[in-house]
Amino acid sequence: MKMATMMAILLLLATSAIVQAKVESVAFATPEQEQRYRSLIRELRCLVCQNQNIADSNADLAKDLRRQILEMIERGDSDQAIIDFMVARYGDFVLYRPPFKAITALLWVGPFLFLAGGLIVMIIVIRKRSRNTSPSLSESEQAQVRELLQSNKDD
Amino acid sequence: MLRYLVPLVLFIALLIFLGIGLKLDPRTVPSPLVGKPAPGFELPRLHALDRSVTPDDFKGKVWVLNVWASWCASCRVEHPVLNRWAQSDHVLLVGLNYKDQTPDALLWLQQLGNPYAVSLVDADGRVGIDWGVYGVPETFVIDKRGTIRYKHIGPVSMEDVERTLRPLIRRLQEEEPA
Repeated sequence: MKMATMMAILLLLATSAIVQAKVESVAFATPEQEQRYRSLIRELRCLVCQNQNIADSNADLAKDLRRQILEMIERGDSDQAIIDFMVARYGDFVLYRPPFKAITALLWVGPFLFLAGGLIVMIIVIRKRSRNTSPSLSESEQAQVRELLQSNKDD
Repeated sequence: MLRYLVPLVLFIALLIFLGIGLKLDPRTVPSPLVGKPAPGFELPRLHALDRSVTPDDFKGKVWVLNVWASWCASCRVEHPVLNRWAQSDHVLLVGLNYKDQTPDALLWLQQLGNPYAVSLVDADGRVGIDWGVYGVPETFVIDKRGTIRYKHIGPVSMEDVERTLRPLIRRLQEEEPA
């Protein structure tokens, strides 16, 4: 038992290699600049490893884009200017929160459409079921029921 | 009947959507630069580092910018296609040597052939960022007015040349320069 626990712990330790992108340490003039840098690199998607933001990605391009953002912050560009710069080159795809436009409408509204569809189906099914649970009895069957109930009372 | 038909229809619709999804390549991100003026640059020539080239040097001509690097494996696949294309057509092929070592790049062209009219050096990848490059190889077609008209992501095949690039360039060459 003890052996098994030990083995389990060892296995866990062996497999849980700490996965962390090596982000260059950067020095900032103000903490506010650092804050902006950190939030910007989290908001932007890496185009090489598409399910990572450029903060987490080790890709060369992500490194270059981090450098670009750093330089723009130091130059005094606003967050919006930096985001516009990226969108002008790579499109809305770089944004983890793309703006609501005709082309991205389905992306934003889609989940709610599915939810509404699911609710409608659920309501229809529930209604059908509740109707089905009380099957109507014919005249003769009702008479039979009454008779049975009556005979029960007499006992 | 309806009870079986509705799920069947939904299932088939789902299959169709999944099928389309399989065919799409998530790596191909449409470029917002198509239809926009080509971003400016001033870059040294690979074969004459003291001489620089700007997009204005190609004004009035239809030209193709091919982004490549000697460390890029799919560029090796693409290279023979570029060689054949440059030989068969009068295409102004400009190479952008992206984040590469100049000696490696020169050796590559020496060994595999040089399809480029001129090669430019983008050592730190800054021009690459301006052109929205996110993976090499990438190929842009620029018209006589200096507008990007087409972008191809990934290695160009002979089929791409014959089906898309050659007809497009022929069409653009007939356009009037501004």
